[in-house]
Amino acid sequence: MPLGMHLIQGVVSMANSVLSVKGLSVQFQTHSEKVYAVDNISFDIFESETFGLVGESGSGKSISALAVLRLLPRSAQMSGDHVYFKTQDLLTLTETGMCKIRGRRIAMIFQDPMIALNPVKSIGSQIAEVIKIHFNLTAPDIHDRVLTLLRQVEIPSPESRINDYPHQFSGGQLQRIMIAAALAGEPDLLIADEPTTALDVTIQAQILTLLKSIQDKVGMSLWLISHDLALVSTVADRVAVMLKGCIVEVAPTMQLFKQPKHPYTQTLLAALPSFDSCSADTVLTRNILLEVKNIRISYPVRKGIFNRVVSHIKAVDGVSFSIQEGKTLALVGESGCGKTTLGKGLLNLVADVEGQVLWSGKDINGLKGDSLRRMRSNIQIIFQDPYSSMNPRMLVGQIIDEGMRSLHPQLSAKKRQAKVAELLQQVGLPVECAMRYPHEFSGGQRQRICIARALAVQPKLIICDEPTSALDVSVQDKIIVLLKSLQRHYGISYLFITHDLAVVAEMADELAVMYQGKIVESGPVYQVLNDPQQPYTQRLLNAVPKIVWD
Amino acid sequence: MILLISSVSIGVLLRNHDGLKRPLKKIAANKSAMLSMIILLFFLAVGLLDSIHFRAEGQRSSGVISVLDYCAKPLWQHTEKTYSAPFSAYLYSKEYITQDGGDKVWAFPRLQFGGSHLTNPESEKTSDLLSLLMTGLSKGLMLCMAGVGLRGLFVGKKSEQSARRYCPGFVCITISILIVGVAGLMELSMYYHIFGTDKVGEDVFYQTIKSIRTGLVIGSLTTFIMLPLAVIFGILAGFYRGWVDDLIQYIYTTLNSIPSVLLIAASILMVQVYMANHPESFTNLESRADLRLLFLCLILGVTSWTGLCRMLRAETLKLREMGYVQAAKVLGVKPFGILLQHILPNVMHIILIAVVLDFSALVLAEAVLSYINIGVDPSTYSWGNMINGARLEMAREPVVWWPLIAAFVFMFILVLTANLFADAVRDAFDPRRSQYGQ
Amino acid sequence: MIQYIFRRLMYTLPLLLGVNILTFFLFFVVNTPNDMARMQLGQKHVTEQAVNKWKVEHGYDLPLFLNTERRSFKQITETVFYQKSIKLFAFEFGVSDSGRDIGADIKQRMWPSLAIALPSLLLGLLVNIFAALMMVLFRHSYLEFWGVVACVVIMSISALFYIIGGQFLFSKLLKLVPISGFGYGIDTLKFLILPIVISVVSGLGSGGRWYRALFIEEVEKDYVVTARAKGLSETQTLFRHVLGNAMIPILTGVVVVLPLLFMGSLIMESFFSIPGLGSYTIDAINRQDFAIVRSMVFLGSVLYVIGLLLTDICYTLVDPRVKLL
Repeated sequence: MPLGMHLIQGVVSMANSVLSVKGLSVQFQTHSEKVYAVDNISFDIFESETFGLVGESGSGKSISALAVLRLLPRSAQMSGDHVYFKTQDLLTLTETGMCKIRGRRIAMIFQDPMIALNPVKSIGSQIAEVIKIHFNLTAPDIHDRVLTLLRQVEIPSPESRINDYPHQFSGGQLQRIMIAAALAGEPDLLIADEPTTALDVTIQAQILTLLKSIQDKVGMSLWLISHDLALVSTVADRVAVMLKGCIVEVAPTMQLFKQPKHPYTQTLLAALPSFDSCSADTVLTRNILLEVKNIRISYPVRKGIFNRVVSHIKAVDGVSFSIQEGKTLALVGESGCGKTTLGKGLLNLVADVEGQVLWSGKDINGLKGDSLRRMRSNIQIIFQDPYSSMNPRMLVGQIIDEGMRSLHPQLSAKKRQAKVAELLQQVGLPVECAMRYPHEFSGGQRQRICIARALAVQPKLIICDEPTSALDVSVQDKIIVLLKSLQRHYGISYLFITHDLAVVAEMADELAVMYQGKIVESGPVYQVLNDPQQPYTQRLLNAVPKIVWD
Repeated sequence: MILLISSVSIGVLLRNHDGLKRPLKKIAANKSAMLSMIILLFFLAVGLLDSIHFRAEGQRSSGVISVLDYCAKPLWQHTEKTYSAPFSAYLYSKEYITQDGGDKVWAFPRLQFGGSHLTNPESEKTSDLLSLLMTGLSKGLMLCMAGVGLRGLFVGKKSEQSARRYCPGFVCITISILIVGVAGLMELSMYYHIFGTDKVGEDVFYQTIKSIRTGLVIGSLTTFIMLPLAVIFGILAGFYRGWVDDLIQYIYTTLNSIPSVLLIAASILMVQVYMANHPESFTNLESRADLRLLFLCLILGVTSWTGLCRMLRAETLKLREMGYVQAAKVLGVKPFGILLQHILPNVMHIILIAVVLDFSALVLAEAVLSYINIGVDPSTYSWGNMINGARLEMAREPVVWWPLIAAFVFMFILVLTANLFADAVRDAFDPRRSQYGQ
Repeated sequence: MIQYIFRRLMYTLPLLLGVNILTFFLFFVVNTPNDMARMQLGQKHVTEQAVNKWKVEHGYDLPLFLNTERRSFKQITETVFYQKSIKLFAFEFGVSDSGRDIGADIKQRMWPSLAIALPSLLLGLLVNIFAALMMVLFRHSYLEFWGVVACVVIMSISALFYIIGGQFLFSKLLKLVPISGFGYGIDTLKFLILPIVISVVSGLGSGGRWYRALFIEEVEKDYVVTARAKGLSETQTLFRHVLGNAMIPILTGVVVVLPLLFMGSLIMESFFSIPGLGSYTIDAINRQDFAIVRSMVFLGSVLYVIGLLLTDICYTLVDPRVKLL
């Protein structure tokens, strides 16, 4: 059946629509005003269909899912024409009636499985709970059912793990367990709210495949909420785009990607990073700025009566690479591979770094006191989370000024002030920002301020630790453009630490892939991305969701 | 001296308020907080009045009186023989009275001062009370009007809008009610003992008011002693880790493991022994009492810093991993600069909350400690001493209840307002709560 | 596990030694035994002989740290520090300044203390949790608002008021229970009921408020939404998920004070004339009996340290995430 047919049938009859939302609004009452988180949205989800809802953070997509299940916090007020689940209007149903719908008819899984499960109850009992509430089964039957579900979501040896607690599982496994708990009620509709965002790329793909295969088997509808357009495009039949609480466009997936109608959808699509942007003609013949030789960083493990150090966990295990002047080296790896530790190790922010860090041929590893401070102006860092990387009690001007005051004390106050203004302009912010506090800025703007702060001491190398991963796609793109233009202007080098291969393609000249504390593959970006040699790199590349155009 | 310390501490607190306009506005928007703050300020004013001492010849044995004493002269000069009930014109115990004719009668004698202007107390008292109350209230009202008028003159120069923002109507109303009420009470207290008199005939109302200062001194001075200990140790332990952390943790766990009441008891006992053996240094009663009060604050401070210290250590441990602290390190800021610029301002809300919460706990603790004789000197006016003394009076027939109730009511008002204010401060400064509210 | 407990016990040694040295310093260095003797014998007209006699009688006549008159290891053992402080580690409390055996007194008096403190704690815990649960269940309603107000009011009233008021109302006016005293057997209940009720009521304010804060913190966590999405009702979620998680800090908070229950409550016991350790301590303070105060300080810190150890063990039992290292 052609995909467009769904839509036509939906308009004609309500017969096969599972969920039909009309005019749903949610508002939050703050001290001074009412804020509409969801503003008059309408959509339908049909039987056995995958419905994607895409929007940036704060656009109200999670709130609308919670509103449908009537799980909003008490400070929220909701209203609407109707929310039909099959024939029942969920807006007028009693709370007891809602309890029979939740988990049984409509189930939901959440973004971060690490906090979405009760930490002090075994995973088996948390799945069994759903069965106990909704079905009248005996204890052994429930136990068998839980085991079947765990097998279905491919948890290895479920018999021995059924009594384990959430903290004993990895993030990917926990999301599988969440799915098992959601499936336990045999629902007609499964709401998946950013089900893969908190997970690594390779695991993201696995979870998505699992969801899709289960949906095929059971025939339920899937409502997938995500900020990732590419990811949604791989699984959804129809996609709705949400902006500031409103649904601006609903269309079958292909149609939306080929002929986006709303300007916002168009900008979203344009902002999607793609692999095509990396160029093959990178010339790598400049001077080597930083050379790292055989670096090891380990954390001690203490045990026994006297708390002796019995072993070490190797976070970084013999890594070597070099960065050329004015070029960008991207360090790619999944969470826990040691890439952030490595970045901090280069800056002396973690203890016990073994090996050589040669800055223009001079070993700077383990420097202390004044000689370390002199080195500081050469290498700077930008952090992932723009919210915690600025002191909330300082003015933006003071924040940018701080480094100059400590590393270039010879500058007069007036000169520094002029420099602050200049830097703000360079990162694309108005000069008046200097007199404001960080909390008045959005994530992207804050990241710009952090860039200005790093630039203030005139570094030759900036370590960018996932500078774009906390930001929305459209903002990500702008930050990368800014970083590239600054590189051209100042000739700075970047060590770009990230998990996002698409960003790498746009940003980097060279690429090093890190896995379990070691670099498994490195080389020019074009070469590694198009012709990966190592199996891990191949897996990583295959897992990246790509928009399917046909 | 105590005045100096308290004003400095307030000054320090106020200085830290700068730049934190948002939480302050939040407090200002909270009615119960403003209400309790006004009452607290009133208490504070009374305490301050009582702390300004000057020499006045022929007033008292020691010759030193406070401004409060000067204002409330009739209160402490009008001493009766023994107990008398509130607003009573008679003593609480019968005596032989020599009547005009010379024959003796076993009856309740008239008071020397309380209601002495009445010729026939039974019939005149109610109307007299009412008229006194009315004069008092109207005096207060006039004062308020004058105040409003002055404010009008003063504000007239500034923009009307700013005045409205910083002084909402109900604040003025509260202040007015407070002034009117106090004026009424003052008028009454000139002619009656509104809380009665105690065993030696001293006015209970006067005692209660004098106790305000003791409560405030204990609350603020202790905080003042405890604060630097907690802040310096807590932040250092969290920031430097390693052996500094081990040492500081050891110190506070050791101190914590001694039951605080016992530690206080032991220390106070030691002071008593010391004072008993060195009588030459403590010539008069008052310097003794003052020293004991000071020492009590010192001990309370030493025993109570551990809780805040532990909280600050935990918070600093969290903060030192924050992006901005790491960035400051990379920017070459020296450790001391990081502590001052980044850590301290960001733990300020914890300190503030702890200080306000501790204050009420300390006022309550004073009463309990005084009860077990390890609190302030028995000669010092304090609610704890009043309660302690009143305990035996409860066993009397008929019951003497007024000193107890007076002490409890005043203590209750002070602690309740402090608690309400603490709640508001916490709501406004706790970053988690404020985020959730938005 | 055993290894862990052993290591924790090793940690407690320096702690107790610290307490010991601190108290020794307070009692013997700041004030010399001479001062104490004068204090005990009265301030004026004390002869040198009388002071010396008192010191010999009570064993304070030895040098503080080092006895140079003795040989080898008696140089250390025959000192005030060894006799009075180190011996506490073996729970040899010695005799009080008035000549009674402190160890025997403590053994006899700890049971009445426990009889009042334990029920107060357990009952208080139940009442507090119940009050807090009610407030959380009806959150954002008038019930919660007035509940919080009531808590603040209750905690703003001095504990002394509850005791004096309670005694006056129930014992003096209504004559329901005796004012004070202690009995054994079935009588005990009659004497205990008022102090227990009063301590529960006076603790309700701060306890209820604190537990409510703990519950609210848990209620706002993500797993609660998951549980609700499974189809559990609000009440079921509260009891099956929130209670379990919030009980961790509550339980561990209670375990710390568990050993200290033996020490009893100072004011309760003295107001109700219960012959427990609390009133024992107060009497000692009032009589200025230093030997007893010193013993109680040490006992209290030992019990506290045991409480800390129990807390750690308790954590591992109730929270699967915590493992002993």
